[in-house]
Amino acid sequence: MASVEVRNVVKTYKRDAEELRVLDGLSLSIPDGAFVALMGPSGSGKTTLLNLIGGVDQPSSGDVEIAGTNIARMTGASLAKWRSASIGYIFQTYNLIPVLTALENVELPLLLVRMSGAERRKRATTALELVGLGDRLKHYPRQLSGGQEQRVAIARALVSDPKVLLADEPTGDLDRKSAEEVLNLLDRLNREFKKTIVMVTHDPHASQRASRQYHLDKGVLSN
Amino acid sequence: MFKLVLVNLFRNKIRTFLTMASVTVALFLFCTLGGVLDTLQESIKVGSESRLVVRNKISLVQWIPMAYRQRIQSVPGVKLVAVQNWFGGQDPNDKRGFFAQFAVDEPYMAIYGKDFEIVQHSDAQAGVAVPEGVDPKLAAFYLERTACVVGQKLLVKKGWKIGQTITIAGTIFPGDWPMTIRAVYHAKNKSFGEEVLFFHYKYLSEKGLGGQEPVGTYVLELSDPSQASRVIQAIDSQFENAAPATLTETEQAFSAGFVSMYGNVPFVLRVIGLAIVFSILLIAANTMMTAIRERTSEFGVLKTLGFSDGAVFRMVVTEAAIITLGGGLLGALGAKFLVDGSAMTSGFLPPMSVYWSTVITGIIIAVVIGAISGLIPALQASRLRIVDALRRVD
Repeated sequence: MASVEVRNVVKTYKRDAEELRVLDGLSLSIPDGAFVALMGPSGSGKTTLLNLIGGVDQPSSGDVEIAGTNIARMTGASLAKWRSASIGYIFQTYNLIPVLTALENVELPLLLVRMSGAERRKRATTALELVGLGDRLKHYPRQLSGGQEQRVAIARALVSDPKVLLADEPTGDLDRKSAEEVLNLLDRLNREFKKTIVMVTHDPHASQRASRQYHLDKGVLSN
Repeated sequence: MFKLVLVNLFRNKIRTFLTMASVTVALFLFCTLGGVLDTLQESIKVGSESRLVVRNKISLVQWIPMAYRQRIQSVPGVKLVAVQNWFGGQDPNDKRGFFAQFAVDEPYMAIYGKDFEIVQHSDAQAGVAVPEGVDPKLAAFYLERTACVVGQKLLVKKGWKIGQTITIAGTIFPGDWPMTIRAVYHAKNKSFGEEVLFFHYKYLSEKGLGGQEPVGTYVLELSDPSQASRVIQAIDSQFENAAPATLTETEQAFSAGFVSMYGNVPFVLRVIGLAIVFSILLIAANTMMTAIRERTSEFGVLKTLGFSDGAVFRMVVTEAAIITLGGGLLGALGAKFLVDGSAMTSGFLPPMSVYWSTVITGIIIAVVIGAISGLIPALQASRLRIVDALRRVD
């Protein structure tokens, strides 16, 4: 069964009077538990496709079906609720909230579900231990290295146990060693926890860790 | 979620503190100015419906003759008639420290007996009689032509002592007016005021008026307050064609008319109060918008994590409301507890009053400021598209 099904998706943006066609009738099927890399030059539409899969943007036309739910026409609160339950998002620049500790950052998605504070802290602690940061619970983002920040971000993405993890250039801001740690972690999440992972990357080395690579160019898949 | 709001509030402590402090000061000023209006309102309350005031129909500063007294007293329904003349003197040692002085005659203390209590007094010889209905502690006052009764706050403020002879410099009635403090009163009715000096009308008449007896106002106590309008008509019709004619009204109406002499001052105070509040609204709104703009990408992250537009809206509005409501509560309650009861107004006005209605109005205004100042940034944050928010780099 396909975990991610994208059908004939068109995404256009308006820039002044000009209409920019970022995705041009793109179709893609990612099976459950796959680890795929989206590659391509800047402006090819990789991040746009990731955003459509994650429900943070909507297609101009076409369908996006995630684990059997068509999210292309979902809006507002229902889409937000779906995102919180179904998607874990990892950003290139980590995007942790600077005034919250690592534990509090990881707790954020759990604030949206009915859960006691103790249970929330327990789950967030488990997630941080899973990414090897069990000893950094009370640290603020400024007290962590880039690699550690990204691992906190990964813990935040998986704490609500979503089926699909989306990573937008997760190693883009990291040194080689930290990047390797993050890739190992994603690999482990895919293999051990059967998470479907869609990763946008420019880095050919990173893309090799995925089970399948897709290349985008001018809004269409080139292979 | 609320914890997240609190954490964000303390993100920039100085900015939060300064914004809250500006709202506090604004609401303190608003409520204090409102308190001035309340005090004017309070001064009307001294007026009782069961008491009437008779004055010259042309103007309050024109006299009416003492000869009217008997005729007024003879009107059915009038129980007591007392003379009350404005003196307008000064303390020669403190000419800027204004306080009211009234020359009053015997029945006056009986008419107002329920509004005050004597807390200090000079002893008089045993068996000295006081007019009917008057506190016997005033015996020493009634025995001495140059005696006076002063309010407790005035006594403390001036550093006077019971039995002390003080000198009042006359302005309307020139010369030095030595008087001996024979009693000190505490106002049971706050609006009666505790910064007033009462002395004998006889002293004024003999020393300042060459034995003549013109009267500023007569104060009347009625045997039946429900007959007030009939008594008013009876008195004024009696002097309709006389020179001077009289104007009789309830003491409450008289006090209200006195307050109306302030003209547009209450209106100006209200405008100033609202101007202060409006300027703070702009400051608070600007601060909130700056704070929210700085966190644009964070809102994008929160929405990506599943926070709905409504949740983000509520977070921002709550943040603004805490700042303005916190500041508003401090300012409004500060005015209530620091200004209320103080002698800022002095003179013939009662002590400052800040009504709870003014405090509540202030707090409501603070909430509205919070809502308005938070509304625009909250709308901006809630309507923010995730892709736009994450694209921005601040």
